[in-house]
Amino acid sequence: MRYMLLIYNDEAATANASRERTEQILAAYGAYTEALKTSGAWLAGDRLRPTQAGASVRMADGKTNVLDGPYADTKEQLAGFYMIEAMDFDTAKKWAGRCPAASTGTVEVRPIWEMTDYLSEK
Amino acid sequence: MENGLEIARAAAEAAARQSYGKLVAWLAARTRDVAGAEDALADAFAAALERWPKAGVPDRPEAWLLAVARRRRVDAIRRRLTGEAARDHLRLVAEEMEASMNDEELPDERLRLMFACAHPAIEPGVRAPLILQTILGFDAATIASAFLVSPATMSQRLVRAKSRIRETGIPFRVPERAELGGRLDAVLEAIYAAFAEGWSDPAGTETQRRNLATEGIWLGRLLASLMPEEPEALGLLSLMLFAEARRAARRSPEGDFVPLAEQDIALWDDMLIDEAEALLGRAAAKAVIGRYQLEAAVQSAHTARRRSGRTDWAAIRQLYDALLAIAGSPVVAINRAVAIAEAEGAAAGLAALYVLGDDKRLADYQPYWAARAGLLARLGNTSQAAEAYDRAIGLERDPAVRRFLQQRRAGLGDGATKG
Amino acid sequence: MRYMLLIYVNEAAMAAAPTETTYEISAAYGAYTDALKKSGAWLAGDRLKPTQAATSVRMANGKTNVLDGPYADTKEQLAGFYMIEAEDADAAIAWAARCPAASAGTVELRPIWEQTM
Repeated sequence: MRYMLLIYNDEAATANASRERTEQILAAYGAYTEALKTSGAWLAGDRLRPTQAGASVRMADGKTNVLDGPYADTKEQLAGFYMIEAMDFDTAKKWAGRCPAASTGTVEVRPIWEMTDYLSEK
Repeated sequence: MENGLEIARAAAEAAARQSYGKLVAWLAARTRDVAGAEDALADAFAAALERWPKAGVPDRPEAWLLAVARRRRVDAIRRRLTGEAARDHLRLVAEEMEASMNDEELPDERLRLMFACAHPAIEPGVRAPLILQTILGFDAATIASAFLVSPATMSQRLVRAKSRIRETGIPFRVPERAELGGRLDAVLEAIYAAFAEGWSDPAGTETQRRNLATEGIWLGRLLASLMPEEPEALGLLSLMLFAEARRAARRSPEGDFVPLAEQDIALWDDMLIDEAEALLGRAAAKAVIGRYQLEAAVQSAHTARRRSGRTDWAAIRQLYDALLAIAGSPVVAINRAVAIAEAEGAAAGLAALYVLGDDKRLADYQPYWAARAGLLARLGNTSQAAEAYDRAIGLERDPAVRRFLQQRRAGLGDGATKG
Repeated sequence: MRYMLLIYVNEAAMAAAPTETTYEISAAYGAYTDALKKSGAWLAGDRLKPTQAATSVRMANGKTNVLDGPYADTKEQLAGFYMIEAEDADAAIAWAARCPAASAGTVELRPIWEQTM
């Protein structure tokens, strides 16, 4: 099954981290990504630019609105994701626990809703 | 009741924008510092937008705005040193204008400001936003949403354009006859861009809310009143009024999209259509044909159905032929193909559409795929029609139009279940 | 540039929608995905199971905590994403506005932080 690991981190803290600390974190993510790949679990993964580089599009009163910034104003911000292949939810959770973000922020695990599941459920 | 209040509010807001734009134009034309002029009046304009709808529009709105602007500035300067430019602007007003303004109308420099905003040295994409901001006082966030740009980006573009006006020394003047044609085109294009953004916006369904279509017409009226002898200025206003007249008919009471051919003509606004016809007549009397007059003439031919009960597609096709010759664009070519289909049959229309097939700009252009789907469906080519409908559905952002296209696609029948 | 379009919709409303509406919405997403692919903008995209299937993992006091549910409790919930290739932010916003979620919820747009240095 495919799972999405959503990484939430305090982006201000990340931006303010010392150079040494930043390198340490990057190396930890590098090692984690490597581990995922070696085990065959890695499907995709990317880092997102900070929320201030984002915009949100929604319709209000029948009008398209474009707003600066993210959808939700949260203490920690979505900073990136991994998509992994895992046998079951427990395996996916284990991978989430190993992600460096689990110790600095939060990793949310969400199963992908495969089209085939979706159609059979409806 | 609610409606009456809404109208009073809109009138007060329009008066505030009218006076604000005049003052910004007057100041900017003297200093070339658009941002400074806006800055000087920002607080006063905000106060007017808040107060006038409740307390009514003052007798001398410009004088009111100036008085508030000066009072607020004095307060601000006492508290901290504020923008040098804003202070200079207000001093300029005080010295040069206040005495004469007591009895006279403020000279209207908005036309000159519009020409500065649509100057060739200003990037075309920011001209309409710039006019909306300087003449009408809209904030960057509102303009950004209308043009589907992030507010931060729109702010940056507007700031850059204003500093360009100042640094490049863009003139605040109406061009001489010899160069007027091209320069006027840029102004017309910017106004039409504002209108078109509002028109394609689904909010067009809501008659109560002001949107950019309304503002575009407002600017069109302003331009036509400032240049009453310019056939294309009249043509543009006519074109916008024809479109506006059909606003209420574009959606069913359930909010569903209603295509032009199926619109209930009882819902068209006869007064607006008559005004548009009169403007077009005035423009035609000048005997200088142009893009906007031709487009208005197309609209006129469409609305003729309210009297004759039928649409003269052959005439519309000829108008599009003329348009293609003087202002060819993929959009014109698509509309022409649709007219050909109506006048000579779907196969001829499709052939005219296929000529455009290689134009890269059309790959993500919804109306092309919708037109293509409709013609293929009429020819019974359901599988290709379904494919084209899918493409059009995927490119549409208005949920009502999306639903409409989905229904059309479903109407193709079993031959096209999977695209 | 690569952009991530994050789709936020009210999942309770989605679950409660009649079958017919569900099919209409699915078809709209299908057409949207197709349009992205045909224009060469599509890179990836998936739907996520509702947040009740979500678990959040975080460390507190040196211990790993596993909590039921999503990270943030919001009015609309992350329901899926697209990753697209777009020339610039304006083009990406134009695609975001065409996404069926733009009229039903919110589409958040985030540029990918490319790791080329």
